[in-house]
Amino acid sequence: MNFDLADEQRLLRDAARDALARLDSVAGARDALDGAPLLDPWPTARAAGWTGLLVGEKDGGAGLDVFDAMLVLEECGRRLTGAGLIGHLAATRLLASAASRGDGGAAAVLPSLAAGDRCAAFVLARPPAADDMRWTVDAEGGGTRRAPLPTAQPGDGGDAVLVTGTAGYQLDAAGADLLVVPVVLDTGEHRAALVAADAAGLGIEATPRGDASRPIARVSLEGTPALLLDAGPDDLADVWDVVQALLAADALGVSEAMLDMGVAYAKDRHAFGRPIGSYQAIKHQLVEILRHVEATRSLCYYVGYAAQERPSDLPLASACARFAAEEAATYATRTCIAIHGGIGTTWEHDAPLFWRRAQLSRLLAGGVTGAGDRVATEIVKHARAQTGATATT
Amino acid sequence: MDLHDTPEQAAYRAEVRAWIEAHRHEAPPPTRGSHSADPEPYRRWQARLAEARLVGVTWPEEYGGAGLGPIEQLIVRSELRRAGCGGILDNIAVGIIGPTIIVRGSSEQQQRYLGPMLRGEEGWCQLFSEPAAGSDLAGVRTRARRTADGFSISGQKVWTTGAQHADFGLLLARTDPDVPKHQGLTMFLVPMRVPEVTVRPLRGMSGGASFNEVFFDDVPIGEDAVLGAVSGGWGVALTALMFERATLLGAFDEIGFSAERFAAPFAEYRELADAHLRQRLAQVTCGLLSLRYSGYRTLTALARGAVPGPEAALGKIGVIEAARQGCELIAELIGPDALEGDWGETAFNLPGLRSGGGTEEVLRNMVGERVLGLPPEPRIDKRTPFRELGRSPAGAGVPA
Repeated sequence: MNFDLADEQRLLRDAARDALARLDSVAGARDALDGAPLLDPWPTARAAGWTGLLVGEKDGGAGLDVFDAMLVLEECGRRLTGAGLIGHLAATRLLASAASRGDGGAAAVLPSLAAGDRCAAFVLARPPAADDMRWTVDAEGGGTRRAPLPTAQPGDGGDAVLVTGTAGYQLDAAGADLLVVPVVLDTGEHRAALVAADAAGLGIEATPRGDASRPIARVSLEGTPALLLDAGPDDLADVWDVVQALLAADALGVSEAMLDMGVAYAKDRHAFGRPIGSYQAIKHQLVEILRHVEATRSLCYYVGYAAQERPSDLPLASACARFAAEEAATYATRTCIAIHGGIGTTWEHDAPLFWRRAQLSRLLAGGVTGAGDRVATEIVKHARAQTGATATT
Repeated sequence: MDLHDTPEQAAYRAEVRAWIEAHRHEAPPPTRGSHSADPEPYRRWQARLAEARLVGVTWPEEYGGAGLGPIEQLIVRSELRRAGCGGILDNIAVGIIGPTIIVRGSSEQQQRYLGPMLRGEEGWCQLFSEPAAGSDLAGVRTRARRTADGFSISGQKVWTTGAQHADFGLLLARTDPDVPKHQGLTMFLVPMRVPEVTVRPLRGMSGGASFNEVFFDDVPIGEDAVLGAVSGGWGVALTALMFERATLLGAFDEIGFSAERFAAPFAEYRELADAHLRQRLAQVTCGLLSLRYSGYRTLTALARGAVPGPEAALGKIGVIEAARQGCELIAELIGPDALEGDWGETAFNLPGLRSGGGTEEVLRNMVGERVLGLPPEPRIDKRTPFRELGRSPAGAGVPA
């Protein structure tokens, strides 16, 4: 049994922490709320090799796994940065998978994406779950509304198609050079298609909502030329799980930052003659953040284990990590603000920026409710698969 | 991240599995805890397991253990469970008291007690909590007074699991009330089957007699009953509490708190039609699965030589919370029928488990101070001689 980071993973995490510490990204998130352009972490990501993290070595990537990417995202969450990365990692994961099966279109774009010369993003398709047995995308207008997958009509022969449809609140789509889009064919088949950002009929409209640190956009396609990829429902579902896992890691980083900030303040700030962290009322809330952080980390490790050793557990593991991580980040951010009293409620303070990040993140990519539905669906499958004996012990 | 056995562990697992296959016909059915009315079959089974060195797996070989690590211990437990066999009778002895005697005891004490403990021939209990000293364990008032040839024990202990089956107890008592509370304590190994000791069962909230109160009425014991040094009892208590934390590890699934068990009624009773119940099932599932994988993280650290730390207490807080939510959820799914049988027993026990092995509040204090480094609350009793503390409901700090 080994349930700990490997030495290389520690190095990757520490290097990410060091590299991101050089960006003034927390202040940047505040400035962006006031209209300044968001500080772009892409040069850092590219220099560190994160752009090729999930691409094989022969295509110029690092050939690493989901859990390694999660370590980088955790550090991004700590520093309220990482714009572009989740969409890019998700898209390259699918393209690498398609290329490995001999898909020429995917293979052609992988090297430039791995090198970070170009940036990709993904329109995320949600697999069927207990609350909705269709494949869907997050709809514009959001909330519990879900939209069908874009449709693909035959195009100029071969794998060329024309895609029509819309999706709301898509991570990292604005600024991407390439989009991977889930489509449903006339035959009812679900596939992924590759779209260039300058393709006719493609609209990508930035739709900032509350948190400027995480760019999201409305994506619309109107007879947009695209290239069908050799990637079907299994790949789409895999990318869904990977995005859940990356968002979970990002939220874990948010919670960790809040724990550090809250503990430091509780040791320093005095009231009634002693540090406020000595009072159980404060101490117990900080321990509750720690409990959330450690539970989330263990579920992230479960994702790492599932990805490497037990792929059939990836849907459950990634949905659990996402659900727990968003709930943790919500608790950690609001508790950290409360522990700071009045100063925590000001524009100048950092904690409210983390609160904004947590508030938006929990709504994206199916949201925390969607993650909960998937956890319930998957754990009941697991319970069914176990013997009747276990069910009745 | 992997859960693979190393080649050595795989060989050990095969050996353990073969032994269990050959002997399973001798095994009594699995039981939860040591609350069975008739412990004899379990005692005999523990003796057979001990012969095969499957008890005290982490104990050094010179004390009759297998000299292996926490992973091998988990292998033994999981193989017994896989075969549908009961485990050892006396987890408190083998998991907590024995290791404490190994670290803190004299060679005479080790010689005398460890062998019969491993074989289940002599049962043990842990005599720490008192009516007026629970979270504030260092405030115990049971007195050990000097006599010509040792000590005389008088006082009362409570919430003592397994006292009705115990031949001996690990007892924390006050030897010196004239110094501050932590400094006047001594740990003893005391006989339970003597006329001066009275054990009365306490009926727990689920209805079963799960623990006891124990009265000591001038129990004479020799100098050789001191474990560690006179006045060194607090340090020995901390050693025992450290081992107690380790016994919880990886055990939640085995004692019935597995995510799959709580999801099973959804598979049996009806589909996942209700959105509200789905969200709550997700919360319970995440709580319990996080504990499973936290357990693997801690086992990995322990197998590399780490000492069981206070963060294990987070697991205890978490399992109680998740299981409580889970029981409420199951009851709403199934209806009142859920309050009878297994689910009812679990549900009716849970609020009590919140206080067992340390209240949630005292555990949060410990984690906050020792893991997060937060300052402690001011403790007015820390430097005052124990005799001068007069704030307990019983009046004086110490019986005269």
